[in-house]
Amino acid sequence: MSAPATKTMNMIEAINSALDIMLAKDPDVVIMGEDVGYFGGVFRATAGLQAKHGKTRVFDTPISECGIIGVGVGMAAYGLRPVPEIQFADYIYPGLDQLVSEAARLRYRSANDFICPMTVRSPFGGGIFGGQTHSQSPESLFTHVCGIKTVIPATPYDAKGLLIAAIEDNDPVVFFEPKRIYNGPFSGYYDRPVEPWSKHEGSAVPEDYYRIELGKAAVVREGEAVTVLTYGTMVHVVKAVVAEHGIDAEIIDLRTLLPLDIETIEASVKKTGRCMVVHEATRTSGFGAELAAQVQERCFYHLEAPVERVTGFDTPYPHSLEWAYFPGPVRLARAFDKIMKD
Amino acid sequence: MEQSTKDNLAPLHLHIPEPKFRPGDVADFSDIIVPEVDIHPRPDEHVMPADIHALAYGLVRVLGDDHQATGSWNPGLDNATLQVMLRKMLLLRAFDDRMFRAQRQGKTSFYMKSFGEEATSVATTMALHSDDMCFPSYRQQGILITRDYPLVDMMNQIYSNRGDRLKGRQLPIMYSAKDYGFFSISGNLTTQYPQAVGWAMASASRGDTRISAVWCGEGSTAEGDFHNAMTFAAVYNAPVIFQVVNNQWAISSFSGFAGSERTTFAARAIGYGIAGLRVDGNDALAVYAAMQWAANRARNNGGPTLIEYFTYRGEGHSTSDDPSAYRAAEEYAQWPLGDPVTRLKDHLVTIGAWSDAQHDALIIELSEYVKTIQKEAEQNGILGHGLHHPFETMFEDVFEEMPWYLKEQCAQMLEEQQDKFGPNWEAR
Repeated sequence: MSAPATKTMNMIEAINSALDIMLAKDPDVVIMGEDVGYFGGVFRATAGLQAKHGKTRVFDTPISECGIIGVGVGMAAYGLRPVPEIQFADYIYPGLDQLVSEAARLRYRSANDFICPMTVRSPFGGGIFGGQTHSQSPESLFTHVCGIKTVIPATPYDAKGLLIAAIEDNDPVVFFEPKRIYNGPFSGYYDRPVEPWSKHEGSAVPEDYYRIELGKAAVVREGEAVTVLTYGTMVHVVKAVVAEHGIDAEIIDLRTLLPLDIETIEASVKKTGRCMVVHEATRTSGFGAELAAQVQERCFYHLEAPVERVTGFDTPYPHSLEWAYFPGPVRLARAFDKIMKD
Repeated sequence: MEQSTKDNLAPLHLHIPEPKFRPGDVADFSDIIVPEVDIHPRPDEHVMPADIHALAYGLVRVLGDDHQATGSWNPGLDNATLQVMLRKMLLLRAFDDRMFRAQRQGKTSFYMKSFGEEATSVATTMALHSDDMCFPSYRQQGILITRDYPLVDMMNQIYSNRGDRLKGRQLPIMYSAKDYGFFSISGNLTTQYPQAVGWAMASASRGDTRISAVWCGEGSTAEGDFHNAMTFAAVYNAPVIFQVVNNQWAISSFSGFAGSERTTFAARAIGYGIAGLRVDGNDALAVYAAMQWAANRARNNGGPTLIEYFTYRGEGHSTSDDPSAYRAAEEYAQWPLGDPVTRLKDHLVTIGAWSDAQHDALIIELSEYVKTIQKEAEQNGILGHGLHHPFETMFEDVFEEMPWYLKEQCAQMLEEQQDKFGPNWEAR
């Protein structure tokens, strides 16, 4: 049997391919959101899908995130498999009650009478000069809610396989897409030329259906000196810094934040004896706090240094001072210096 | 602006709505206009919403003061159907009385009666098809009773006992019954509104013939979900029927805090360009007729309708509420639209299809019937007396498959039970 045909795709193309395949495969899949229909989405993730699959399968909505997600819950109750897009993660808050109190609890509160197989896609994260309403990373709001899975891809290959698995999952999934790396893996050096996805192995994407199981992390670089737990854009920033400074780090791309792949994390930290958690989101009560707690509960007697957190600052995402806010190469290098000295 | 000019301006003042009567006041509703039957005749179901604005400010009535059913809205139900309607409303009232008492006896934590509002859940459901989807708020147990959902299952849920289909997870009365077209009750208000629209959109997109109907109280029309749902329903012409049970009170806040001092709740439809009907909610035949009109309209791709049932919450918000602390005692007795059960009964008696003796006998029969079912339910346990679903069910159904951390937490909880109750605790 020959290897499946692959194509070089950026992350947007990979997401578009996943949606296209699922629309064709499952008549219950419905895509809706602001500007996703005829126009194909402000980031082009749904380009061409309405023309191919029809207006009742892929359509525009009113500017109402509560409405989009609430309507999605009702469609799921009917038996459909809605895949709404929230145009920016920063806009998701009007829909939060429908996600937290409704979608997430429907299976539990009805004892399996009703379920909500809905995947909410939303671009998140900064590094695009989006200011405080187009840059946020609200993932820890969702990992804190029981009944929602939270998924964040870091490559086109993962984006497609994880999105297909998310859509096929029978529980609600929040699927955050790191928009800074839609078109290329960002090294964190904003003043250097942008690298295209075509130079990255993660851009070789099978054209056909495949899935990547939710809840499984990927070890993207094996190493002995320190474990780095991260996801999304920061996977690439960490890789660049590690390469530049010659650090023998083991980098784990979590891919799914909830349910967390605790086995991979535990094995790695017990091996290296050091752990750094890295995310772009604000620090206090961020997902890094959960990761640090899990690591110290399970690996405390293997640790040779305190768990280090490298995150965004606890301020709204600034516009002009974006690169002073972003947990880039300087902040990471200082953290590596610290954790390796201890 | 010059300071001297500012000095000449009258001070602004903030309006805080106040109900007409408080405890100790004599309730006098003589200012409520009760129009004649058929003041706004029944329009064709394909009418343009803009042509029926008067219906959003009027009051659809069928039963007159003479207890006769007249006018163009009269649904013309046969005597047998009217008797079923009365029976369902009486059964609902008997069930409510029994479960309210069970809460007072300490058998459960909470209950909510629908006294005075029975027509808005029973007559409405009778006007729907049995497979249309209902998205209730918390006071529509009449839907389940009308659709012959087993009373024992309702009671098991209220007792959170080992027979509870919802595994003891929900506050009493937050039922879920998919097979009976009854969506899981949330407890967060009006979240079901956009969900009902989504269900209706799905049905339409599939070329199905089923429609959805959704209920909320007048107080929770203030939630954003209400307005988001109206927008979506209008945009996609969804086959959904929005119902506002205006029972005048949202716990202790009168309807003025949802905007009733300025307009009707049915008139909310006008801004969205959808049909709006304001209906005498204590006139079971008017309620039936309005729902039938809206259902026919939706089923023929005429789109959504908003119906306001003008009614009155005859008792407290719930078992946790004491309405004598904030409203006049005699309000319900003075309510100008009467009692929905009494009005339907008077109609049946007037047309010779019922008698006082039959009525009294039916009340006793239903009361005894509910008591019998209650005994059956209590065989499965009452709240707090140990007969509940197994402990580990607490961790089931968070997800389709239980993730590792819930398995860990489940094991911890079971160990805690052993610490608490000692060895062999499971046998207790």
